[in-house]
Amino acid sequence: MKEIMLGNEAVARGAYEAGVKFVSSYPGTPSTEITETIAKYQEVACEWAPNEKVGAESAIGCSIRGGRAMTCMKHVGMNVCADPLFTVSYSGVNGGLVFCVADDPGMHSSQNEQDSRHYARASKVPMFEPSDSDECRRFTKYAFEFSEKYDTPVIIRLHTRVSHSRSVTETEDPKAQEIRSYEKDPKKYVMMPANAIGKHVVVENRTKTIIADCDADPEGTGLHRIEMRDTKLGIITAGAAYQYVRDGAPDASVLKLGMVWPLPEKTIRDFASKVDRLVVVEELDPFLETEIKAMGIECEGKELFTLLGEYSTRMVRAALTDLPLPKKAFDLSALPTPPGRPPVLCAGCPHKGLFLALKRLKVNVTGDIGCYTLGALPPMQAVDAVICMGASVGMAHGFDKATDGADSRNTVGVIGDSTFLHSGITNLMNAVYNQSSMTLVILDNSITGMTGHQQNPSTGKNIRLEAAPQVSLEKLCESVGVLPEAVRVVDPVDTYETEKVIKEELARETVSVVIARRPCALIPTGRAVKGINVEVDFEKCKKCGACGRIMCPALVMGEDKTPVIDTESCNNCGLCVNMCKFGALRKGGEA
Amino acid sequence: MSNLESSIVLAGVGGQGTLIAGKLLGILALKLGLDVKVSEVHGMSQRGGSVITYVRIGKEVNSPIIEEGCADFVLSFEEVEAVRWASLLKDGGVMIVNSQKIKSLPVLMGQVEYPSDIEDSLRAAATGPDTKIVKIDALDIAMEVGTSKAVNIVMMGALSNYLGVDEGLWKEAIEEAFASKPKTIPGNISAFEKGRAAG
Repeated sequence: MKEIMLGNEAVARGAYEAGVKFVSSYPGTPSTEITETIAKYQEVACEWAPNEKVGAESAIGCSIRGGRAMTCMKHVGMNVCADPLFTVSYSGVNGGLVFCVADDPGMHSSQNEQDSRHYARASKVPMFEPSDSDECRRFTKYAFEFSEKYDTPVIIRLHTRVSHSRSVTETEDPKAQEIRSYEKDPKKYVMMPANAIGKHVVVENRTKTIIADCDADPEGTGLHRIEMRDTKLGIITAGAAYQYVRDGAPDASVLKLGMVWPLPEKTIRDFASKVDRLVVVEELDPFLETEIKAMGIECEGKELFTLLGEYSTRMVRAALTDLPLPKKAFDLSALPTPPGRPPVLCAGCPHKGLFLALKRLKVNVTGDIGCYTLGALPPMQAVDAVICMGASVGMAHGFDKATDGADSRNTVGVIGDSTFLHSGITNLMNAVYNQSSMTLVILDNSITGMTGHQQNPSTGKNIRLEAAPQVSLEKLCESVGVLPEAVRVVDPVDTYETEKVIKEELARETVSVVIARRPCALIPTGRAVKGINVEVDFEKCKKCGACGRIMCPALVMGEDKTPVIDTESCNNCGLCVNMCKFGALRKGGEA
Repeated sequence: MSNLESSIVLAGVGGQGTLIAGKLLGILALKLGLDVKVSEVHGMSQRGGSVITYVRIGKEVNSPIIEEGCADFVLSFEEVEAVRWASLLKDGGVMIVNSQKIKSLPVLMGQVEYPSDIEDSLRAAATGPDTKIVKIDALDIAMEVGTSKAVNIVMMGALSNYLGVDEGLWKEAIEEAFASKPKTIPGNISAFEKGRAAG
């Protein structure tokens, strides 16, 4: 049956058709929908793990026990689970094991533009790269079989444009979940030096076998495709770039690689010998190009194309053909500049009150990954540094150590609930253990917000929204040694009280944690009752503009400088009420 | 061959239902046995940000993206978005502009001005005589059927005038697209009809 599926949905479908038993992942754009789709297949054990390393290790356990397993992540998540990846490459698998990683060329929603293909070569794990939704399904399905055949994990590499494009996909009936028998085999699974030395030999031989099998029948597995057209120009490409090549240089011969590591050397050599000019078209790093040149095959690549961002049909056409570029309908210089729509914190967002407090305190803020990264933008501009998940805590500790504790009097780390559980907690343990005097603010909005509202161990619900045990952030902080009196809970909408508490905790010469707790305004527990909004008393309003400075999307300044409440989007949180010194604003539903 | 074999840009503001409109076009393409790709970028732009959905339909579709000067149709669900994505329309293409204005926070805060006379600016900036600009008040029409949420289907109605696909097939596609919310089907059919009459 044909369906239109998102690339990510098709990956999930492929895993389901392959009889996957267990999927454990941490959300991350553009990979999140894979695991969300898996959750709809009730027979698959499926979960949000607190981080990618946990997800990968749980999947590895299922594989060793004999079940087919998968873990999915965004590109930076692969950094977090690199440790198990490199060694499960040695041990190999029992049930098929798939790592799915989604790269983000162009950085639509990421903090860097890393090319995850390097992980395949570095860990010696075969990597498949689909170009559209049907390939997402087919390649993922085949990856489990391939994994078991060659006793190796397999990485599926996606791009934003593949993950988030819908295209026509076949579907097939799912295979039954089969749990292979398990036998103790320490030589295979206990990776200590004596065993690992032998396994490294196995890994190198495995790579050679895979290459030889591929070269014997390059198109047989449905991964690679040799498309001979005009032989004046031959292009080697993979993934999303293949689509731009087909549209940009439709007459060129193409070797489309479905597996980007290891590479089928003989197949590439044969293709190269049949074309007059050989060009490699690949987004980001010259990964294929470097490998192909190392084979002693002459080719062009990055001298024609950029290392940065996404490619396009236009780019391919301009670099490789004489075909005309399309003509636009408008003279753009004659059009007005459209006003921007910068990302803003939502009406009722609990982060707003906290950042206003931090801005008034004029402190250094080490930030983290989540919606609250927007605290770096106007009007708050309160965040000084953002590196990766969990780093806010370590960086605040580093500020402390750089100044022998002095900067802990005017520095806070800011981290969300999900990010704190992902990798902030180990940092906090370290800060306490090594006698920092830093202050950490945990923005507990009861959800993983930025990626589209996923549950986590502190929300009390699992991926299928069933009730689940709930981590207490207060007790967790106390358990790593934060003094009970140094764990404070505030409501960030009460921005002045929040400021006061943070000020007190900045003065404390031990590690302290302020939990700013209020649910995200977009989840049921954070949403106000419909029709109840903040109200304005125009007689009391002094037109001072204090309420406007919070830049709430639900409160705009009227022409006479009095506030106008948008009753559709106002969440009745009351932050603007707290900003008004004249009592001109009043929360709805209160006397 | 119908004109359905086209590259169609659906530009709007988060929450205007461009993706559902894209899905509808996808269903229509499948019904006609055509290949289709529907693409949009998720991410930090979701909260009140500018959103864009690309729909490419043909016998064989490769790239999911519609690049500068390559769109047969640009449907702007919000007025100023027409200017933001004007570069995508090809010379001789059709731009359908909803006159609805959704002011962004910098405009609401008085930091920048929302441009006026967008339709006139577009007409003046057109490079060739064949480019067509169609203005429609999709919000008013949607409110006639009872909900601002139907703006996307009104826009589909306006587009349908240019695609040469049987009206009955459109309606079947709408029924399929809203199969999970059957109560909304009559309203959406009506929105489609009104949009078709207005476009």
